[in-house]
Amino acid sequence: MIRLSGVSHFIGGAQILHDISLDLPKGGITALIGPNGAGKSTLLSLIARLTPLKQGEITVDTLKIGGCSDRDLARVLAIMAQSTHVSARLRVRELVGFGRYPWHRGRPGPADHALIEAALERFGLLPIADRFLDEISGGQRQRAFVAMAFAQDTDYLLLDEPLNNLDIAGARGLMRLLRDMADRDDKTILIVLHDINYAAAFADRIVALKNGRIAATGAPDQVISDTLLRDVFDTDAKISRIDGRPFVMV
Amino acid sequence: MAKRLILLSALLLVACAIYIGLGAEGAWRFLLPYRATKLASMLLVGIGLSVATVLFQTITANRILTPSVMGFDALYVMVLTVLVHVLGGVGYASLPAALLFAMNVAGMTVLGMLLFGLLQKGARGDIMRLVLTGLILGILLRSVTEFLQRMIDPAEFQMVQSVSFARFTQVEPSLLALSALVTLPALALAWGMRNRLDVLGLGDATATGLGENPKSGQAQALVLICILVAASTALVGPMSGGGGSFFGLIVTALAHVITPSERHRILLPSAALTGCIILVGGQTVMERLLDLTTPLTVVIELIGGILFLVLLVKRKRA
Ligand SMILES: Nc1ncnc2c1ncn2[C@@H]1O[C@H](COP(=O)(O)OP(=O)(O)O)[C@@H](O)[C@H]1O
Ligand SMILES: [Mg+2]
Repeated sequence: MIRLSGVSHFIGGAQILHDISLDLPKGGITALIGPNGAGKSTLLSLIARLTPLKQGEITVDTLKIGGCSDRDLARVLAIMAQSTHVSARLRVRELVGFGRYPWHRGRPGPADHALIEAALERFGLLPIADRFLDEISGGQRQRAFVAMAFAQDTDYLLLDEPLNNLDIAGARGLMRLLRDMADRDDKTILIVLHDINYAAAFADRIVALKNGRIAATGAPDQVISDTLLRDVFDTDAKISRIDGRPFVMV
Repeated sequence: MAKRLILLSALLLVACAIYIGLGAEGAWRFLLPYRATKLASMLLVGIGLSVATVLFQTITANRILTPSVMGFDALYVMVLTVLVHVLGGVGYASLPAALLFAMNVAGMTVLGMLLFGLLQKGARGDIMRLVLTGLILGILLRSVTEFLQRMIDPAEFQMVQSVSFARFTQVEPSLLALSALVTLPALALAWGMRNRLDVLGLGDATATGLGENPKSGQAQALVLICILVAASTALVGPMSGGGGSFFGLIVTALAHVITPSERHRILLPSAALTGCIILVGGQTVMERLLDLTTPLTVVIELIGGILFLVLLVKRKRA
């Protein structure tokens, strides 16, 4: 369980997050949605300890952010940051291999190699395993990063807008892989999505953020409504339902 | 990759043998210790500066920077100028070499740490700010130096000039030992960081996710860089006359071509070997074949400058 209590955050005097308390139970996919600038990335990077936590408390299972070692946390929580630019020239297999680093600290054993191959296979990366990251498509690159997080073998996975720059096939493919990780491997996934339709289709829970405050939480078919679009997203788009699942009419 | 490292080692061995053996006339008894000291100092500087440059490029995620942008060389020349200015040429020449060495190493390490203090300050402190600050500081130090140099007499100015370029001609065995005492532990620590450096090279966010704190890794690497550069510069003088040393740039560019790997367990030895081959081979050619007294660094600056432009242009296109 990821538990946030009383989390506030300031950047240069401006308050970005206001006293956020939230419990994310273990298992399933939680989508963090909200308009641009709502504080989604800030919240995610606080949980991921990419930004130092100044006010409030965040725990992941028994580990306290800011209080536990980076190493211990890396065996429980994997992250995929919003920008995954890597300046080093790496092959796909090497990148995925880094996922094992928190476990072997630079000395991979046979078990690590087996897990890396398994991750490559599962994410359909075997045919391009020996290609460099700058020689593959954006979708393949995103998949390689998710495969790395998978190889990290953590219970929790945080992703910030992984669908950016992906076409519909790439985006659906990635979301299906994540869904599969949640269903088959009991991963707990927290993902920032800006497309509400993807959140409705793939998430078990939605947390909507606006101006640094939680505006709504709950199952997609309860949270996503005309009211939400009006109050949180400031748009008068309508929701229609197909087989009970909400769709935003864009 | 392992094969290429062995090949580089063999090449270096040959270069060393030629350097020691070529044109040996007169008593070996005198020649051997003399040449061996020079050779050892070249190896120490070659390894030290190459490793420092690899570390620096990894923590700055930039392939066209070298530690000299932080103003180390400028500081060295300024200290030198101030000393000559205050003590006079004779007074400077009579300073104990070990004292000078200690002052230089201490001065440069303090400079590096001060710059590093800036890095730690403020939540958004980033490595690029550190580099830029160092760059500006270097310009400042250089203008102070130039100002002082205008005020000292021409003979003394000549003296400052002659030691403002790295030379391997007058290396004191005692200094060499001192320098080794500082350099070798730093090299061992750098080697110990090789796997962490691989992870740091993935960028701050990814490294953090893998449990490697970028700030602490960068801090440790920076301390090692300061020590390595300071120890080499204090031993033989600055590797650059002006803007920034191109030696490290040539070495890392070549190492990336010879052993195309991002792994530091390959890159560190590969760069160290390449650096030594360039220094020993270059010095042999300059000293024995061409019989030139021009410091090798001047040639390295020239070649490095051209390479720098090529790299810049290539980056623009890529
Ligand atoms: N480095 C920064 N400096 C100043 N303001 C920032 C910085 N980063 C984010 N912000 C502000 O914080 C707010 C939340 O940003 P962010 O968490 O990136 O939003 P989201 O991911 O929901 O679009 C925005 O109003 C943004 O302008
Ligand atoms: Mg964002």
